[in-house]
Parts: sequence; structure tokens; C-alpha cells
Amino acid sequence: MPAPRRWGAWRVLAGFGLATVGALALADLDLTRPDPWLTLRGIGAGLLSPDFGDPAGLAYAAALTVAFAVCGVFAGALAGFVLSFGYGLRAIRGLCICVRSVHELFWALLLLGVTGLGPLTGVLAITLPYAGIFAKVFAEYLAEADPAASRALPRRTPPLSRLLWSRLPLALPELGAYTLYRLECGLRSSAVLGFVGLPTLGYLLETDFRQAHYGAAAASLAVYLALILPIRHWMRLHLAPFWLTASVWVLARHPAPPMGDGALLRFLGDAVPAPIRAGDWAGLLPWLGRMLGEQALPGTIATLVLSQVALALAALVAVTGFPLIVGRVTGRAGALAGHAALVLARSIPDYMLAFLILQVTGPSMIPAILALGLHNGAIIAHLMGRQGDALVARLRPDAPHGLRLAAWELLPRLSGNFFALCLYRWEIIVRDSAILGLLGIATLGFYVDAAVQELRTDRAVLLLVVSALLTLGIDTLSGRIRARMRLSAPGMRKAEPEAAEAA
Amino acid sequence: MTRPPLLRLEGETLAWDGAAVLSGVSLSLARGERLVLLGRSGSGKSTLLNAIRLGLEAQHPAPRLALVPQDPGLVPQLSVFHNVWMGRLDDHSALHGLRVLLHPPAAARAQADGPIARVGLNGFARRRVGSLSGGQKQRTALARALLRGGDALIADEPVSAVDPRQSGDLLEALRDRFETMVLALHDPARALAIGTRIIGLGAGRILFDRPARELSLQEIHALYEA
Repeated sequence: MPAPRRWGAWRVLAGFGLATVGALALADLDLTRPDPWLTLRGIGAGLLSPDFGDPAGLAYAAALTVAFAVCGVFAGALAGFVLSFGYGLRAIRGLCICVRSVHELFWALLLLGVTGLGPLTGVLAITLPYAGIFAKVFAEYLAEADPAASRALPRRTPPLSRLLWSRLPLALPELGAYTLYRLECGLRSSAVLGFVGLPTLGYLLETDFRQAHYGAAAASLAVYLALILPIRHWMRLHLAPFWLTASVWVLARHPAPPMGDGALLRFLGDAVPAPIRAGDWAGLLPWLGRMLGEQALPGTIATLVLSQVALALAALVAVTGFPLIVGRVTGRAGALAGHAALVLARSIPDYMLAFLILQVTGPSMIPAILALGLHNGAIIAHLMGRQGDALVARLRPDAPHGLRLAAWELLPRLSGNFFALCLYRWEIIVRDSAILGLLGIATLGFYVDAAVQELRTDRAVLLLVVSALLTLGIDTLSGRIRARMRLSAPGMRKAEPEAAEAA
Repeated sequence: MTRPPLLRLEGETLAWDGAAVLSGVSLSLARGERLVLLGRSGSGKSTLLNAIRLGLEAQHPAPRLALVPQDPGLVPQLSVFHNVWMGRLDDHSALHGLRVLLHPPAAARAQADGPIARVGLNGFARRRVGSLSGGQKQRTALARALLRGGDALIADEPVSAVDPRQSGDLLEALRDRFETMVLALHDPARALAIGTRIIGLGAGRILFDRPARELSLQEIHALYEA
């Protein structure tokens, strides 16, 4: 059987371009806010004079933000580590795929009904999806460890000894670096958990913003940035015991809401579709049809429309943004400024960014598109820029400078990485598009939020399953396209933020 | 009384990565022999060594083998002691292995002390292998084989990275520990000193297979010319 023909870059670009044109036609791009300048002026004034009037409240929210992240990520790493040994088993792999295909915010929404608005909800919302991610990545690192050490072991060495003595110590530095990278992600997740009511910095930011206390909101944003920008300096593996102890101490003192007995059982009972609970099996199919037709389908379409436009914007931001941080293109000062812009765009979670823009533009798809495009585009641009910087050292001595270097020497060489990174971020953009429904855009998250508010757990669970399937479908499609383009898929994880930044 | 040979290969074609490297390979290996393979790089020494190892492993009961591969397969994150003790990992349960990995008991350390001292790494037992020089790493791999012991040693250029003055002493340490050895070497003088039988490889086949005492350095040097 002949191998299928390789897909050229133009063909894939044309396909995505057509999809983007279609999505743009369907997207809701109205600027509804009558006078955005008024709000903008208020925000600008707030940013210029942040209001640190409640230092104790800010400090406590910052401590909780760190504590949720540290406890959630380490618990997830531990669970993922244990699961990674069994990752070859279909049941364990399936379990990991399920837990990680549901976003932290969705987990938090679901858990609110079981563990309430307390510390456990915040920790579990991070631990559960991260455990699935850790299990997959740890299993890959263990499988990729240098096989020479294992081969040199006596043939009848017990399999567990083989793992513990050769593969594990070889992979351990990478597992540590990856965990550190995930702590940064965890801090972003933890801040965003504030938007569903957990008292982190995101919560302060949201409440102050909604009440037009822009100075106070700017102060929370400043504290958040002061935590995440220098994270590599204060979050180190040898300090982990200290941060873990401090975090557990903070969370243990934080009040947990009384949930009454049997909250979990009640939740599980509620998750059973309503017709089945009522014993009306005949009503199940109409119920399913109504749910899928009236909520899941329009939600899925809106999610796909939003994510497609956002993906196009992210690609645009990546291509125009990556030369900014290459010194030979923009000069030393220019590269520094480029770094600052990209770091800012990737440190602020897309959810938070969308919320901020929403306050200015009013409700439509525009804030979500801008936030997803800027955030994800900055991440891709950052990685491509670093690869570009590494390329510059190996170029011929008389290679051009400036834009000509970026266009003639760097972009052609990096185009494979560009496609791979965009296709990889595609899945993440779709997942986050669903989540941004919590802000009022009619993607899947919007319907999930409504179901949770109405305490209709069965509907929420069904919609989450649809959302997880959508993410999985995009992941599969992206993998197929990468394979047809002959982009080296197995090594892709190394080009992802984790490895590149943790290195 | 003659004992049956440990291994016999007859007219075999040996391949590496799907391409034939050696053809018409016939040889036998008897207990107590020290077989040395010589030849230019790429002549198939490692391929033949690998075939001999696989042949021995396929037997019932399989003889206990100690290996010193060309890539020594050390774990740089672990100490010299741990890397050496790995030679006996199959003699213990996974649970005991875990215990030694986390907190080596004095008895385990004492077992490894002899081999570590014999290869000249006294005082290095607690050092991370990643911090050692190339020669010291190779000595660690030799100590691992010495601690393991067994019916036969299979070693691919086991002293290529150590000081030439000490390589003879290290080869003697291996000779004292193992009754039977199969070695790939690149130094003809060392080969004549340690081996009881020399196999010369070249042009995709075995050029000669003779007792060491019948061979002269000139005959061996011919392998590396033209």
C-alpha cells in the first residue's frame, strides 16, 4: 500500500484560511458598549494609581493563590507519578484522558456541589486534571530514558527494580523540571479559580472590576504579576518542602463550608439524567435529543467558531511576534521590549485577559478572540523566538539583519515548528473557548454554567462530556494533520513550553 | 577429558541494523577460554560479541553472564556504589532492591567495596557517576562486572578509556574473576597478554582464529594495514 501523499503547508493553510472565513461570517463581532472610552479612561486611571488600601486582604488572597497552586500541583504530580507506571494499561490511560479533558474551572464548578466553596475544591480542581497530564508526560519521559542503562542490567532483573534503578533516576531531572513548569501553570489556574468564587487574587480582581474599583483591581493584578513573573526565582525544587508545608498550613486554617452528610452521594445521584431518576426510561431519548439539539449543538458550534478565529489570530500574532525577541532582528533594546510584551501576554491567563477586555468592549466574541489569540500567540511566538535565537548563532556570517533575516532565514526554517506549535495549541484553544462561555459568550461553558446555577447536575455532566469529546476530537484531528504534514509528532512535547522553558 | 563447548556457531551470517556485517561465521567457545576479538573499527567486533551473548543467553540453563557494553549503561544520577551494586540486581527481590536504592545497608556497601577498590576507585563509592571522568566511569562499569561475577564475561573495549599503564592491571582483575571471557580489544599487545585465543576480523569475515601463543604481533598488525 503506498503511503498517503504528504500535505504541503499551503494546502493546510488554505484549509484553515477557509475555515476562518466561514467562522468570521458566523461570529458575533458587535461592539455593543456605547462608549468604551469612558471605561478605558477609568481603567487607565486605575492602572496609573493602583489602590493598595487593603494590604492584609491582598496578602491573604496571594497566599491562598499560591497555596492552591502548590498543593494542587504537587498532589497532581504525586498521583500522576503513581499512575504513570500503569500508563500502558488501557483503563488507566482512559481514566487519565477523561480527567484531563475537563478544564480546571469546570472541575471547580462541579466540585462546588460536593465539597463547597472551600480549600478542598480549589486543590482538587487543579489536582484532578493535572494528575492526568502528569501521568501522560511522566510516562513518556520514563519511556524515553536512555535504554543503555537498562540493557546493561542483568537479564532477569525484576521489572520494578529495572524501572527504579535505571529509568527512574535517568528521567528524574526531567520530571522535576516539568513539575516546576506545571507550578507556573498551576498559579495561573489558581488565580482564575477566583472567577468561580474561590478567594484567590482572581476573585479580588473580578469583584473590584465589576464595582468599577479600578485602582483596587489594578493592585490585585500587580500582586499577581509580582508573583508569576519572577516565579523561577522563588519556586525551586529544593524549596518545595517549605512551600508545601506553608501551603498546607494556610489551607488548613481556611474555613471549609459545612456540606452536610452525603454531599457526594447526593451529587452522584443528581448526575443521573432526570428521566432515569424519575423512572421514565422512555423519556430518556427525548431528553437527550432536547439537550443535544438545544444546548450541546449550538454550544459546540459557537465554541468551534470562536476557536477558529482565535487560532487564526494566534497564528498571526506568532508570526509577527517571534522576530521581536530575536536580537539580530530588533536589536538588543528591541528584543528586551519584545520579551516584556510576550511575557506579559503569556503570564496573564486567557480567561483573565478576556474578562478585562470584556469590561471595555462589552459582551460579544471580540474579547474572547483577542484574549485567546494574544495569549496563545504569545506562547508560540516565545518558543519560535527562542528557536530563532538559537538558529542565528549557526547562520552564515554574512546573513542579513532585521526583517530580512526574519523573513528569509528564520521563518522558512521555523515553519515546521510553527505549524506543529499552532496545531498543538489548537486543542488548547478549543478547550479554553468552551471555558470562556462562563463569561457569557454562548460557547459550551455558558450552558454548563447555566446548568450548574440551576443545580441541574445531570445536564452539566452531559455538556461536560460533549466538551471533553470535542477536545479529544480536535486532538485526534490535529494529530492526523501533523502526521500528514510529516511534522515530527513524538518530539513535539520537547518544543512545548514546559521543556523549552524549564530547560 | 574434554568438556562440551559453551557455545558453537556454524556458518552463520550476522547482521547489524538489517545489513550483513559478517558472513560464514563458525566458532566455538570452551569453558576456561579467553577469546579476544581484534579488527579495525567497523569490522564487526561488536556484532560478533552480540551474537555470542545472544547464543549464550538462549541456552538452557543459561550461563550467568557479566556484561561490559561499549556504552557502559551507567546511571549518572546515582552513586558509584549504586551503579556497581546494580550488577547483582537480579539476585534480589524488587523490595530489597528498593531498600538498597533508598538507604544502602552496611552489608551491601561492604559487598561492593572489594570490586570498587580493585578498579582503583577507593573513596569514590559515594560520588555521583555523572561527576566522574570517562576513565573513572569505565572503571565503575568494570567494578559492576567484578561484583556480578559469573560463568563468563562479555566485554566490548572494556579498557578503552583508561590510562594505558593501568589497562593491563584491570584486564588481570577481570581474568582473576572470570574463568571464561570474550573481549573486543583494539590493542594487539594487550590481546596477546590476556587472551588464550585470538580471532581476527576483516573484509566481512573471520580472517584467523588461532591460539594466542602461536601468533606474533606482526601477524596481528597485518589486520590493521591495507
